[in-house]
Amino acid sequence: MTTQGPNPAETAAGSTAVAEPAEDAKRGNGKKNGKSALSEGKRAERRLAWLLCAPAVIVMVAVTAWPIIYSLWLSLQRYDLRFPDDTEFVGLDNYVAVLSSGYWWTAFGVTLAITVVSVAIELVLGMVLALVMHRALVGRGLVRTVSLIPYGIVTVVAAFSWYFAWDQVYGYFTGPDDAPLTQTIPSLLIIVLAEVWKTTPFMALLLMAGLALVPDDLLKAAAMDGANAWQRFTKVMLPVMKPAILVALLFRTLDAFRIFDNIFVLTKGQNDTSSVSMITYNNLIKGLNLGIGATMSVLIFISVAIIAFVFIKLFGTAAPGSDTEGRR
Amino acid sequence: MAEIVLDKVTKRYPDGALAVSEVSIEIADGEFIILVGPSGCGKSTTLNMVAGLEDITSGELRIDGERMNEKAPKDRDIAMVFQSYALYPHMTVRENMAFPLRLAKVDEATINQKVNEAAEILDLTAHLDRKPANLSGGQRQRVAMGRAIVRNPKAFLMDEPLSNLDAKLRVQMRTSVSKLQKQLGTTTLYVTHDQTEAMTLGDRVVVLRGGHVQQIGSPQYLYDNPANLFVAGFIGSPAMNFFPGQIAEGSVRSPLGTVPLPDRLKQAVQSGSGQRDVIVGIRPEHFEDASLMDDASRERGGLITVKVDVLESMGSDAYAHFTVDQGTSIDSAELAELAADSGRTDTGSDTGFTARLSAATRAKAGESIELWFDTDKLQLFDPSSGKNLVEV
Repeated sequence: MTTQGPNPAETAAGSTAVAEPAEDAKRGNGKKNGKSALSEGKRAERRLAWLLCAPAVIVMVAVTAWPIIYSLWLSLQRYDLRFPDDTEFVGLDNYVAVLSSGYWWTAFGVTLAITVVSVAIELVLGMVLALVMHRALVGRGLVRTVSLIPYGIVTVVAAFSWYFAWDQVYGYFTGPDDAPLTQTIPSLLIIVLAEVWKTTPFMALLLMAGLALVPDDLLKAAAMDGANAWQRFTKVMLPVMKPAILVALLFRTLDAFRIFDNIFVLTKGQNDTSSVSMITYNNLIKGLNLGIGATMSVLIFISVAIIAFVFIKLFGTAAPGSDTEGRR
Repeated sequence: MAEIVLDKVTKRYPDGALAVSEVSIEIADGEFIILVGPSGCGKSTTLNMVAGLEDITSGELRIDGERMNEKAPKDRDIAMVFQSYALYPHMTVRENMAFPLRLAKVDEATINQKVNEAAEILDLTAHLDRKPANLSGGQRQRVAMGRAIVRNPKAFLMDEPLSNLDAKLRVQMRTSVSKLQKQLGTTTLYVTHDQTEAMTLGDRVVVLRGGHVQQIGSPQYLYDNPANLFVAGFIGSPAMNFFPGQIAEGSVRSPLGTVPLPDRLKQAVQSGSGQRDVIVGIRPEHFEDASLMDDASRERGGLITVKVDVLESMGSDAYAHFTVDQGTSIDSAELAELAADSGRTDTGSDTGFTARLSAATRAKAGESIELWFDTDKLQLFDPSSGKNLVEV
């Protein structure tokens, strides 16, 4: 990766002159005169931009790009640390093995279910919370602080407290004959509960930013136009907030899909409660099977990419404020 | 179509701030009423109370004789146009205009017909399928009007609907708003801080200040007979000139010289015997270049020779700014407040005068000129209360 290489600023003056009008046309301002005077300043500016970006780019390459490429490479090998001498390039064999395994698909289904259910509940609760925080007249600061407490607690700590709440022996929600964490469905529900409790404030925070985008006048106008409170919410507020809602959903879906710590603490993935991250961990760290583990992590990466793609391309998600739809 | 009555309507916020105090206005069916005043005078609050967007602390609001205080905005059958237009950004122009009808569960055919009619009137037919973001300011303003008129409401409320337009468009839209209101004959309550809009649009103008009604009347009446210093200074552009004077023996002594009082004023000030301090007001348009007057007309007024500081030529006429040496300065809290309210600093005590002269004047900056002024048009105000000495 080069940070200084194909830099138009350092290429010959001739090619710069070609590059400039193309960029102008892209921006839609047809500047004809003062090109050479401009390009001088622009060139310096661009060089500075590259220089300023360089440290970040180098760090990103070192800590992100390289591991991704390396795990891609690992996923194409038979590589088990228990049998290091047996390492061999096997092409897509690992993918065939994982994708034809029932364990993978169970975990995939569990992950998907947890993601969909918890994000749906978080969206509704988060919206309610956001509205309360937005509308609160008295003690606004207190309401906000209190509702953000769960988000400030370390997930593992919160997960342990849920674990103790539902544990068969110590649990204060359970009796001696009652062990919800040993059954699949109750376990999943508790996992979802822990997940929702923990991240609803985050959702509310993102949605509150969206609520601030809805001008007061718009709601007043809707009231004058004859809309009751529910109609104002569904026909004006939600559509105007749509970009913010989609961003919040995207963030939370990607996050929820990688769920690990709650499951790790609450059930350790027993009784078919493993998520994809969980079984990847089991294979990679516990099983020391680098090839299969890397394959699974690549598959998670692909799933996350697909989710992001769906949100961005199909739903038109964009950063708040960057799309014209939300603006007046 | 409706008659709207505000009966001692008062708004007091929970923190005790009094925004609107005992405002009483009777608006006849089909009338175009303007609420005008400087910012913070309570005009928008008054409008919001009529709309139902703010609660009325005390007093009563009646529409067609029916008490409205407790009714929700949607049950008042009133349409409102906002300064920001408040168009729904996710809907097309057509959907925006159809929105109130959809909510009222009007059938689709009628909605289409009404929206098309309104679009026709407002010249929006070509833009019906566009989103507000792709419209110009003037077009958005018309969509906002369209959304108000499709419902055929009892009344229109307009909260500075033209303030976000550029100057030229504002003048155009002012005319079309006026035309539209005449055409539809719908009772309209219009809020503005712009006295030109107030003068040109309304059947009657309500001047508000600090939550109190100062005067209600037709634009011309307010112009001719301002009830107090505030109204006198607020209505008319350029603003009325104010300066101190003393009344004694049927004449007024002021920086403009000693001139006999016209009969109208003589009667009003008769009660006070001996000398009395007053604030004298004269509008810029009641000055004229004396050399352009015939002798007969000159007889009717006073004359003063002044040195012109600045001459602004407007084409149709010329504004001469000059100062006059005056014995005492006016020390009126009313005037100081007026100056602050209207964002001017040259009203009152420093006696800068503005005269509006015919374009034919030969006045030049830095040169002296003899000015004639119409003594008939002098206004006299009480320096302490600010009230016009002539009861109106």
